[in-house]
Amino acid sequence: MPIDSYRYLPRSFREGFEAFPIQETEPVKANLAVPITDAKIALMTSSGLYLESQEPFDTDTELENPLWGDPTYREIPRNTKQQEISAAHLHLNTRDYYVDFNVALPLDRFAELESEKRFGSLADINYSFMGYQQAGTPDWRNNQGPELIVKLKEQGVHALILAPA
Amino acid sequence: MPVLARLVEEAGIPTVVVTMMPDTAAKYELPRILGVPFPFGHAFGAPNDIEMQREVSEAAIGLLTDESAAKVRKDLEHLEWPQDDRTAYKDWQPSEPSPIVGYNANRRDKLEEKNKDQ
Repeated sequence: MPIDSYRYLPRSFREGFEAFPIQETEPVKANLAVPITDAKIALMTSSGLYLESQEPFDTDTELENPLWGDPTYREIPRNTKQQEISAAHLHLNTRDYYVDFNVALPLDRFAELESEKRFGSLADINYSFMGYQQAGTPDWRNNQGPELIVKLKEQGVHALILAPA
Repeated sequence: MPVLARLVEEAGIPTVVVTMMPDTAAKYELPRILGVPFPFGHAFGAPNDIEMQREVSEAAIGLLTDESAAKVRKDLEHLEWPQDDRTAYKDWQPSEPSPIVGYNANRRDKLEEKNKDQ
C-alpha cells in the first residue's frame, strides 16, 4: 500500500500538493557501475545540518526576504560526531538533530552496514543543504548541482542517496 | 532535491530519494523512490531508533541493486512512528512559523482588504 504523502502536512496545503503538476515525463536512470559490494555511497540531506566549526546556513537573509533560501551546502565528513552537529532550518523543528542527527543523515548506520559488507564503502565526505529553495532551483541546476557532481566524481562515488527533509 | 537527483542521474551516478512525500517525488519521474511514513525532517526514522534507521538505510541500498525496471518506488508503510499523528504533526514544525507563512498570510490579508474596498 502506498503511504499517505500528505499525512503530516498542514491540511490547507494538501490540495495544492495533490494538484502540483507533473514536472518531468522523460525517464532518467543510471545503473551502478560496480557490484554493490564495491560501491562507494554518499549521503545527502536537506535538513540544514552543519558542523559547529562551519558557517551556519543564512537564516537572517531569509527572515528579511521570505522568498529567498540559502542555496549553499556543507560538506559533512563520515566520522562526524553528534556533538559536532548544529542545524539551521526555519521550516522544521531541528530539536531532534541535536539528539541524533542520523534521523536525517545516517552516517552511523551506513558505517555499520559498511562494516557488515552490505555495500562497498561510505564516502569520506557527505553533503547537507537547507532545503528551502523557493527561488534557488535555477541556482542549484546551474551552479551547485554541477559543482557537486564534480565533487562526487572526484571522490569516486558510485551512488548518491538523497533525503529531502 | 528531485531536480538534483535527475542531474546526478544524467551525470551517470545512480540515486535513491528517501522521502515522506513519494507522490511528489514521482512527479519528477525519478528512477528510485523510497517512501517513508515519517514526519518531516526524519527521513530515516526516529532519534535513537537504530533498528528503524537501519531498515530504511538497508532498503535504500536495496533499491540501488534493482535494475529490473525503468523506475521503482517502494513504500515502507509498515514502519510505525512512535508518536500519535497529532503530536508528530505538532513536533516537526518550527517553534515560530517560517517567514514564507507570515509573508503569505500578509499577502492574503492585503488581498482581502483590497476586495473589501472594491
